Amino acid sequence: MSGPSTYEPKTGFTKWLDSRLPIVRLGWDSFVDFPTPRNLNYWYTFGGILTVCLMIQIITGIVLAMHYVPHIDHAFASVQRIDRDVNYGWLIRSIHAVGASMFFLAVYMHIFRGLYYGSYKAPRELLWILGVVIYLLMMAAAFLGYVLPWGQMSYWGAMVITNLLGAFPIIGGPITEWLWGGFSVGNATLNRFFSLHYLIPFLIAGVVGLHIWALHVPGNNNPTGIEVKSSRDTLPFHPYYTSKDGFGIALFMVIFAFFVFFWPDALGHSDNFIPADPLVTPALIVPEWYLLPFYAILRAVPDKLGGVLLMFGAIGILFVLPWLDTSKVRSMRYRPLARWFFGFFVLACLGLGWAGAELPDTPVPGLGAIGVDFLLMGRVLTVYYFAYFLVILPILGFVEKPSPRPASIEESVLGNTSRPAPAAVPAE
Amino acid sequence: MTEAMENNGAHGEKPSRRDFIYIATGGALAVGGAFTIWPFIDQMNPAADTLALASTEVNIGELEEGQEITVIYRERPHFVRRRTAAEVEAARNVDVASLPDRDARNFNLGDGVPATDENRSAMTAAVADGVEIEDALRASMLVTSANCTHLGCVPTEGAGDYGAWFCPCHGSHYDTSGRIRRGPAPENLSVPIMTFTSASVLRLG
Repeated sequence: MSGPSTYEPKTGFTKWLDSRLPIVRLGWDSFVDFPTPRNLNYWYTFGGILTVCLMIQIITGIVLAMHYVPHIDHAFASVQRIDRDVNYGWLIRSIHAVGASMFFLAVYMHIFRGLYYGSYKAPRELLWILGVVIYLLMMAAAFLGYVLPWGQMSYWGAMVITNLLGAFPIIGGPITEWLWGGFSVGNATLNRFFSLHYLIPFLIAGVVGLHIWALHVPGNNNPTGIEVKSSRDTLPFHPYYTSKDGFGIALFMVIFAFFVFFWPDALGHSDNFIPADPLVTPALIVPEWYLLPFYAILRAVPDKLGGVLLMFGAIGILFVLPWLDTSKVRSMRYRPLARWFFGFFVLACLGLGWAGAELPDTPVPGLGAIGVDFLLMGRVLTVYYFAYFLVILPILGFVEKPSPRPASIEESVLGNTSRPAPAAVPAE
Repeated sequence: MTEAMENNGAHGEKPSRRDFIYIATGGALAVGGAFTIWPFIDQMNPAADTLALASTEVNIGELEEGQEITVIYRERPHFVRRRTAAEVEAARNVDVASLPDRDARNFNLGDGVPATDENRSAMTAAVADGVEIEDALRASMLVTSANCTHLGCVPTEGAGDYGAWFCPCHGSHYDTSGRIRRGPAPENLSVPIMTFTSASVLRLG
């Protein structure tokens, strides 16, 4: 969709600039005149919301780094000092901590939207893969950042996650010591985690640039999954989608602000208000809510290495998804079977999150009578998680009969009245 | 590019001076690159002062039977337990063949030693010259790492199916010899190098 540029510099300065550094042209073609499908719904505003989330995290993070001390003797106190003594520190730290959760909330919406409308399919495979890379970097940044306050959950979360790498035979031991810079999680670990936590958001920003570049070559997917065929299918990005994204961002900020001002610690864990103690492990160690499904997958396997491999596999499988889904129809709006399996997949992810938050031996409410505990529930849902990608999507493409699709994006929005129907059936 | 390659073929049956310089430059860059990267990787390994944390001395003279303390040795917590006769008896009555991990995991003994209680208790500790210490005391003392071999949590004392340690994180049960009996942990709690430097002092490391 990236056709010839429509930018025309008018003043002497912009002409001078355009022939030397066409940066205004780039902005114009990417965010003003960029042709965007006219039928994008609110699920498509999360890209813009995520950009705002990243900017918020970087700005608040840079400010927090001015007051935070990455040393095991001072880290916990310095975070308390930010909350109590630093001017507006309570606000900025709250925005940063809540912002991490909001970032993940938005990214999950964005990912599920991509899964439902088939945004990962050709010609957008690389766009999808870059997105998974961003998601991985986000998880790394979130984990590293959670360690910095040096509370009990910080310390033991770091302990458990770094020990995961010890599961690998032979190289596991040396790699964990290399990561710790000592014989255990300690001051060297905290120091380097701070350094890397500061680095990763800028890596994310770089990959986001690639992500948007890869988006602007084929152009946006849309809820019908049908390619743009003529200019009647599109609208210029500005003002149509700048205003729609803007409205979505404003609504999202209402939820964001609610948590920041009225419920700032609701998404954290109370044990993290206890300073880190290497001698005592909290009774229940849980990661932040956005990592719970993977934690449940880790625990579903009785073998240490097997659990670690399966957990990494749960993310790794997303990289090859574009080649696992065999259906020629992109959007699940026209896939009567796939949309059911997708619905169950969303429920499975939520269920895994629930299972990850509870002790494995605890009976599931309502199902305890028939002997279902959270370990069993986690196992069943883990099987479905992988089956969705490895069995259901590959087979559905062959057995499913898609429902009729509109001839064009324009027709799906305006009906078939504006012009004679095109004779050809859309080839996807 | 193609043209250049054809030219090469036409001119040289034997490699030219330029080919040599090209390969030599590439080789020097690769080797030099590796030498340059190494310091940036190795700086993350434990530093000299960290490695110098050699040993920890534990006063065991005031330990009552059945009492346990946790000490830090090499940045990591370690259980030091003076077991009751019943606990030692229970640990000795276990068939090693029935254990999930049959290796003693005792740094005083090395690899491949069966995980009997005798091979894990302070019976295996060295005794400094001139120190007199009762066999019963040595047999009752057990020193192990306090980090669960699954993912490093500190197991809770006096809990679990074997009345010794239970890891709250993912449900590993250890017996009174610190051996894994049930749960996801793959190995027995390791026993550090130790020496009785007097009748009441045990040195770790």
